[in-house]
Order: sequence, then structure tokens, then C-alpha cells
Amino acid sequence: MRWLPVFKKEMRLYFGSPVAYVVFTFFLVISGWFFSQIFLFYSDASMRSFMQPQFGQNLNVVDNVMRPLFTNMSVVLLFFIPMLTMRLFAEEKKAGTMELLLTYPVRDGEVLAGKYLAALALYLILLGLTLLYPGLVAYFTRVEWGPILTGYLGLILTGAVFLAVGVLISSLTENQIVAGFGTFGVLLAFWVIGWGAEFAGGNLRPVLQYLSIGDHLEGFTRGLIDTKDLVYYVSGVALALFLTLRALESKRWRG
Amino acid sequence: MIQVDNLTKRYGPVTAIHDVSFSVDKGRIVGFLGPNGAGKSTTMKILSCFMAASGGTARVAGYDVFSQSLEVRRRIGYLPENAPLYPDLSVASYLNFVAEIKGVGRAVRRGRVADVMERCFIGDMQNRLIGKLSKGYRQRVGLAQALLGDPEVLILDEPTIGLDPRQIAEIRSLIRSLAGQHTVILSTHILPEVSMVCDGVIIINHGRIVAQGTESELVQQAFPAARIELRVAGADSDVAGAVAAIPGVLGVQPLATRDGGVGMLVEAARDRDVRPDLVRLVAGRGWTLQELHQVGMSLEEVFIRAVAGEQEPHEPLPAAAEEEAR
Repeated sequence: MRWLPVFKKEMRLYFGSPVAYVVFTFFLVISGWFFSQIFLFYSDASMRSFMQPQFGQNLNVVDNVMRPLFTNMSVVLLFFIPMLTMRLFAEEKKAGTMELLLTYPVRDGEVLAGKYLAALALYLILLGLTLLYPGLVAYFTRVEWGPILTGYLGLILTGAVFLAVGVLISSLTENQIVAGFGTFGVLLAFWVIGWGAEFAGGNLRPVLQYLSIGDHLEGFTRGLIDTKDLVYYVSGVALALFLTLRALESKRWRG
Repeated sequence: MIQVDNLTKRYGPVTAIHDVSFSVDKGRIVGFLGPNGAGKSTTMKILSCFMAASGGTARVAGYDVFSQSLEVRRRIGYLPENAPLYPDLSVASYLNFVAEIKGVGRAVRRGRVADVMERCFIGDMQNRLIGKLSKGYRQRVGLAQALLGDPEVLILDEPTIGLDPRQIAEIRSLIRSLAGQHTVILSTHILPEVSMVCDGVIIINHGRIVAQGTESELVQQAFPAARIELRVAGADSDVAGAVAAIPGVLGVQPLATRDGGVGMLVEAARDRDVRPDLVRLVAGRGWTLQELHQVGMSLEEVFIRAVAGEQEPHEPLPAAAEEEAR
């Protein structure tokens, strides 16, 4: 397994440069802000429901705090993940280090695995830090952990797709800004594509709905693990990584 | 050890190398010479398995660089042009990564890394970030990573570029010390380097091999005749005619007049030294001998002939000017 040296090198580069710290800091600041606002709103609503029992019968902390938080975090990830992935191949191509990397006795797939898993590991650490929020909720009130865990699973899968798209686009260019912005553009397009479903007729409607990244997270935040969504995420990751391998291979041909 | 047959590489409409064939025996050091854009780096990129060729085959240690790429890559150390490295890693952690990815066992890794750092004179910088190093140090870190894993074949694209004269000497003797156990192919612009370091030379121009062999073979081929520069002052008659009459002289070419002396380049058969005859002629006629010396049949001139196709035999291009011209 020669992916491990590449993985370790990428991790060292993430933490040896400010990238990891900057992304962590701002993601936590922004998601923390969302969490505090949602939580304050919820506590206000539950206070009112205490006084007017007919109001807000179905108040539930997971539905009203964690679900909107998951959705908000997934939107923030749309902006942040391109910054984690943009350097992975583009930087190496620009600096020429790709030439050395590809002449070491490792398969292209092992290089890709090392890089993708490093980005994924960084993302998991980032998500791990946000466990503070459900932890805080659980400190104040009783929570159902099931839907929180599925919500995190949904976020992990969403992030895995985002990262795979980012890796793919990074392998297509040697300009990091193009890689970052291109990734953001593609992800945003897949985010808003579902909105078109409203007005699309016929067979197009379910297709657009299925392609939309955000729609697949919905079920997970409600505690549902739907095979349809799993297939979407897994095939998205597989397709993007497969295309990345092809891009690396074609580089060898074109020189 | 290295066997290249009819190798061709096209980048779109541009043919970078065309029908290149050569072979390098085990334990030999071969210099790859050529002007910029001649195809040296392209050939090296193919040999190192970074790039696939458009046509032809290349084998390293008996393995095809395309179909058995991993086997080849286990046996080579490659230093690309300009030694691309990760600026955000320290020297030691970078070399450790390279040792790991080349499959150097955990038990010996630390020792091997220390060993190449010592051989390349970079031990004192091991905790510095590569991005903070001078060009000379970076180049030597690049060389160190190529040496890691003790590869049978080393492919070095301009290994001494950016080094100061003392470092150049150190690195040359390092490369020289690799002969025997390692097969080395190195490219360079610096012609004396080839004479000092290499056993053989391959000259490439416009993507084609124009000459190959040992240095003395190339000189013999390019200059079948010995050449002597002669300057005479105070000559009252036809010097050239008199010189041409000496047995063994094959030809006389006039040179520019300098210091009031008539200059000429005498070409003579290699098996006969005509210099004593020339001295006797000049003395006998009562002329003043200003200069008489055999002119260098150096690699430089072979190179210039092979590459430019034009003959400028009497003004050897100084190596310094050649380097400047890069």
C-alpha cells in the first residue's frame, strides 16, 4: 500500500501551511454563529410554547436545531471544500513536483488515494470539531442521537462528493484559483439544479431533482438512510475519482 | 542497461524527438548534450516513465518504460530539470517521504536518508524548509532524492545547474563515484563537464541524434586531420604556399592577421607531426615565428560542428560564453 506516504505528505502539507488552520477557524466561526442563532431562536420558541401550549406542539430539538444546522453547514461547505482540494494536483503540476511524484514506484491510483484520503481525513477532523454543537444541545436537554448520527453521515457523504469533484477539477488545471473556483462553480451548479425541477415538465423533473446535491441530504437529516441517496453519493465519488485517474493518465500521453 | 530504439515524441504538431536510438551499458556514465529545445529533457521524461512516447521503445534494466513502468520506476532515480521540490517541507521530512514512497524499509530509512544527505552535502540544512534554501542547496536536495533507494539507473537532467564552482566540483566527483555500480545518464550544457564526468557522449539536435560515442571517438570522427595554428611575421613571400609544400600537410586556411603576423591554420595527417618541419621552414627563411600550436580538437568543437553544421574551427567557443548564452 504505497498510498500511505502520499497521505502523510499531504497531511504534513495541510498542517505545515496555514491552510488547515484557516479553513478550520473560519468554518467553526461561521457554523458556530449559525448554531448559536438557531439555538437562541429555538429556546425563544420553546419559551413561548410553554406559555401558549397550543403553539408549537411538535417542538423537537433535533428537528429544529440540528436539521437547519446541517443544512446550513452543507451550504458553508460549498464554499470551503474547494479551498481544501484546489491545491492537491494543481499545485504539484505548477511546481513541477508532479513529474517526480509520477516517476516514483507508485501507481496513479495510489497517488490519488493518498491525496483524496488526506483531504477526506482533514474534512472528518473538521466535522469532528462540530460535534461540540450537538454536545452542547445534549448538555441542556435530552436528544435523540439517531437522526444526529444519520445527519452526520449525510454530511460526510456530501463532503465526500464535494471533495471528489474538487480533486477531479484540481487534476485538470495547474492553476489553483481556476481549480478552486471551478470546483465551487460545479458544486453550486449541482446545488441549484434542483430548483429547476419546479418548472421542468415531464421526465426532466425527476432527473433534475435526483441530480441536486442538497436534496439528498434532506433524508439523512430526518434520520432516513435511503438507498437512493447512498447510491447517489457513492456513484458521485466513484465517477469523479475515476475521471481523475483518466485525467492523470492522459497527462502521461500528452506530456 | 538502457536501450532506446527509434523513440519519437510529438507534442501535437511539434516533433520533439525523432527516431532516437542509443544504448548505455551497465555502470557507464553517459552525457546527453544538445542546445536548448533539442529534446534532451523529453528523452529523459520518457526514460523516467513520466511521459509516454509517440513511437518507438525504451527499455531500462530490461523492462519496457511503458508496459512495465512500475518495474522501471523501482530501478531509477530521476532528477528533473530545475529540481522541483515541495517548498513547505523540511529537507529531512521531504527525503523521508521520498524514502518511504520508494519503499525503503522503516528500519533502515533513517540511516539511508542521513547517508544521502551526507553524500550531497546537505546535512547542515536538514531542518530547513526547502523553500528557504538557495538554488544550489535545492539542486543538491534534488540529487539526494534521486539517490535514495540506491537505484541502478540515474537519470539526471542538468544536475550541476545553479551550483557554485566548488559545489560543481563536489557534485561531479559524486557522480563520477557512481560509475561502476550505477548507470547514469545526465544532460548538460557545460561541455567540459562531459569530458570530466562522462564515459560517453550523445549529441542531440533538433530531436535527432547527431553524434554518439566516446569523446576521443567523436573528436577523431569530426577531425580526421590534426590542426596547427601558425603565425609568422616578417614574411616576404608566400608563406601559405611554402607551408602547403611540406609533406604531410593536407591543407592551409588563412586566418585573420594579428600583430602584423600572417596567420594560418595548417591541417596535417595525424600520423605525421609536421611541427618540426614548420619550425625549420620559418627559421630557414628568416621569418619571425610568433605562434605555433596544435589547436584543440575538443568536444566543444565537435559539438559546435555537429549542432550548427558550420565550421568555425579556429575560434573555439569559450565554455563561459557558452554558459552565458543559455
